Amino acid sequence: MKSRVLVITSGKGGVGKTTTTANLGTALAMQGKKVVMLDTDIGLRNLDVVMGLENRIVFDIVDVVNGNCKIKQALIRDKRFEGLCLLPAAQTKDKSAVTPHQMKNLTNELRKDFDFILVDCPAGIEQGFKNAISGADDAIVVATPEVSSVRDADRIIGLLEAAGLSNSKLIINRLRNKMVKRGDMMDIEDILDILSIDLLGVVPEDETIVVSTNRGEPAVLENSSRAGEAYRRVARRLLGEEVPINAQEDTSNLVDRFKKMLKLAR
Amino acid sequence: MLDLLARLFGKESTSSKDIARERLRLVLVHDRSVASPEFINALKEDLIKVIQQYMDIDMEGLLVSIEGEDNSVALVANIPIKGLKRAAGD
Ligand SMILES: Nc1ncnc2c1ncn2[C@@H]1O[C@H](COP(=O)(O)OP(=O)(O)OP(=O)(O)O)[C@@H](O)[C@H]1O
Ligand SMILES: [Mg+2]
Repeated sequence: MKSRVLVITSGKGGVGKTTTTANLGTALAMQGKKVVMLDTDIGLRNLDVVMGLENRIVFDIVDVVNGNCKIKQALIRDKRFEGLCLLPAAQTKDKSAVTPHQMKNLTNELRKDFDFILVDCPAGIEQGFKNAISGADDAIVVATPEVSSVRDADRIIGLLEAAGLSNSKLIINRLRNKMVKRGDMMDIEDILDILSIDLLGVVPEDETIVVSTNRGEPAVLENSSRAGEAYRRVARRLLGEEVPINAQEDTSNLVDRFKKMLKLAR
Repeated sequence: MLDLLARLFGKESTSSKDIARERLRLVLVHDRSVASPEFINALKEDLIKVIQQYMDIDMEGLLVSIEGEDNSVALVANIPIKGLKRAAGD
């Protein structure tokens, strides 16, 4: 299998890039893939704590690109999956500590050993963003169903296209079905209409994300987590399987489930 | 009660999602035009070509922009005219 470098980006901050990187990385590793996650949010390291690997850090991405250590020395092996690794961001430097050229070399080097290289991009459209996308084959854009987030996603999609990444896919995060139903939140179609890019997945607003982040255990490890299930589906879709987009209705309710069946039959 | 009925039939015109969608649509027309100066420039050139068939215009003073109003977006063109051409066949 040819390895793929995917950058997870959004423009707007706090919409779920790091959450997506951690869960997608873990879900792909659950499928037996060799995965490395790169935290490029230099100065604001986060992916390590979301993964529960913060106590194992010795070297970081800046050490690697500056040649202070070998890549292998800086990679942190996941406790749960053998094929899963993390390359942490530096905490003391700033975003200019890495250049796009260095990022490209780094991702190319990692292609030799991994099926998937997931790049967790910092918020914004400045240097950190430019670095993060420079080695990527494709981009995954994360957006929440809010005006500011979709607006920023649109801007990011434009910038990605200008940089030659014209096959971006969208993950809608934190969708609340109840609010959609009462007309107080944009639905999937509204967002796709506006952004006109392919949908890769829909992740519901879900408390298990908070709980799993507290524990340092990505939600995909929890069978009953709805957000986890959504990310497991995204992983299968990335691997080429045809998995229906499930808007993650609350299926605990029998009446709802019945209504949904009727809707499908129409 | 009417409100409830309106909601049931999906006719609630002020549902906040509709407002969100409309605001997004407008802001993106503006964003996208600003983000792509080539777009405006290409439009400008084509406008000039067409208008020059009818009148002499001051190319220096020509301004074309996309501007947002309260709930609409307008293409605003200010094109100083130097003189009209004679109608064809005259
Ligand atoms: N589906 C979800 N349900 C509930 N909470 C979520 C969900 N997705 C993300 N969150 C929460 O939102 C917050 C921001 O998420 P995250 O750190 O992944 O965003 P980010 O885009 O990486 O942020 P930054 O731009 O700062 O890097 C976190 O506290 C996270 O737990
Ligand atoms: Mg982050």
